[in-house]
Amino acid sequence: MVVKLAVRNAGKRYDDLEALKGCSFDVADKTIVSIVGPSGCGKTTLLWSMSGLHSLTSGQVDLDGERITAPRPEIGLVFQEANLLPWRNLMDNILFPFEVKHQTPDMAWITHLMDRVGLTGFEKRMPRELSGGMQQRGAIVRALSLRPQVLLMDEPFGALDAFTREEMNRLVEEIWLETKTTIVFITHSIEEAIFLSDRVIVLTKRPGRVHADYPVNLPRPRSLETMAGREVFDLMNKIKADIYGMSSMRPRSAAE
Amino acid sequence: MTDAIPEFKKTEATKVGITGSALTAGIGSATRKEIAIILAVAVLVIGGLEFVLWAYDVPQYILPRPSLIAAALVKEFPLLLPHLGYSMVSLLSGFTIGAVTGMVMAAIVTQYPLVEKVVTPYILVLVTTPMLALVPLLILRFGFGYTPRIIAVALAVGPMVMINAATGFRRTDSAKLALARSYGASTLQIFWKIRAPMALPMILVGLMIGSIFGLLTTVGAEMVGGGFGLGNRLTTYSSMINMPEFFAVILLLSIIGILIYVIFFLIGKKWASWET
Ligand SMILES: Nc1ncnc2c1ncn2[C@@H]1O[C@H](COP(=O)(O)OP(=O)(O)OP(=O)(O)O)[C@@H](O)[C@H]1O
Ligand SMILES: [Mg+2]
Repeated sequence: MVVKLAVRNAGKRYDDLEALKGCSFDVADKTIVSIVGPSGCGKTTLLWSMSGLHSLTSGQVDLDGERITAPRPEIGLVFQEANLLPWRNLMDNILFPFEVKHQTPDMAWITHLMDRVGLTGFEKRMPRELSGGMQQRGAIVRALSLRPQVLLMDEPFGALDAFTREEMNRLVEEIWLETKTTIVFITHSIEEAIFLSDRVIVLTKRPGRVHADYPVNLPRPRSLETMAGREVFDLMNKIKADIYGMSSMRPRSAAE
Repeated sequence: MTDAIPEFKKTEATKVGITGSALTAGIGSATRKEIAIILAVAVLVIGGLEFVLWAYDVPQYILPRPSLIAAALVKEFPLLLPHLGYSMVSLLSGFTIGAVTGMVMAAIVTQYPLVEKVVTPYILVLVTTPMLALVPLLILRFGFGYTPRIIAVALAVGPMVMINAATGFRRTDSAKLALARSYGASTLQIFWKIRAPMALPMILVGLMIGSIFGLLTTVGAEMVGGGFGLGNRLTTYSSMINMPEFFAVILLLSIIGILIYVIFFLIGKKWASWET
């Protein structure tokens, strides 16, 4: 196993609030790892630190064994709620990174990606003219347009309806099968985490640190049938128990 | 699975298409009807005014009939044209100076919360002070030429633009800033590619209000002193009790005001329509 990203004893403190503490795990190259955890446990903080957008107060994150200190072109980021710039049309949004970097865009690759996510023909549309799912697909194209080695996704589909969300999950898997980009995926949906991932990491309550780490050994591409299996059911319940166990609210037993 | 996505795309395409065409069709038909109503009301108001003034034999020095005002505007136009030019010079110079200063100050001040807190009360004082009151003073210092007018206009426009632009620049969206930073954008790039477009709708509001205030200040300053400009014509005509000519100038000023509004409306529609 080649380690692509290594989170080493990561800690982050905002003034008097400790968001992360002693958080450590590795992400193997060309795998998808999902991170779940109670709300406010520091998932976004962790992801932003992995992207180099803000610095940790202790510990470090390494990319290929080298410490990340600032945003890097090898790392792509997909935000919650698409985060397209509303004053630019879709294509100008996708070209935004190239504009900032003064780079010539690889139009063949971008055209391929647009086609791949089903956005061909919508290049000139303004974000407000696109549905939430289409906006998020645009954001994925934008993140992949620079051919990053790592894609960090922060609850990218949290705002989408269940049907669109499943479509997007399949799309992410297809893209992964094609590009083998290492993906770190934050989500509130345990089902989504299992469907997508080779590993699911459960974080503790704030300050966040690794509570459990489950491998998901299911064949790809995954389908509804894969998800209906006994193994998935058991894993889902284990993760649910982990998260419920952290909160004061416990699942009810039959006796109650 | 692979074919699920194009199918998905198709349904969304039609959805967008339908709302798009419904929207344009709606606006189109509504506009035609609205235009008809607007014209009908205008004819009624102007015609009614004409009739009432004529029927009650209202003397010209109280309120001239619309037809007389229109005739005066046509007749006096060649004489008014240079004055229109003088007024435009004051307005445009003062507006440009005020607007640029206001925008630059807003951009700088909003970067430093403390500076903003210190500066804002003074800007509010400037916004609420009628700059016209300063014109006699400015004339004493700078004479009867363009200078006092341009200064007064700039002082009326600048704070108004600044206060609105500052509201725009303050609208920081941390996710958008993070997006730009994640691609290694410099502070300057973040300003031009994120902060400025995000502030643009509010900047346009400031420019529009500022230009209307600028127009009022231009005319007011011209009425206070100096032998040229549309404001000066107003004083001259009223002192000679040439009421149709006086109202012809007022009409001309209203047209300028409306034009200013239309210009900014169109700019906003083109560059800031993403907001709605
Ligand atoms: N810039 C900041 N300044 C101060 N506190 C912050 C900041 N960002 C996050 N926090 C706090 O740190 C804690 C962790 O925040 P974070 O956004 O990382 O959690 P999260 O797990 O992503 O939450 P959610 O599940 O709601 O997305 C929260 O209590 C939050 O209020
Ligand atoms: Mg979060």
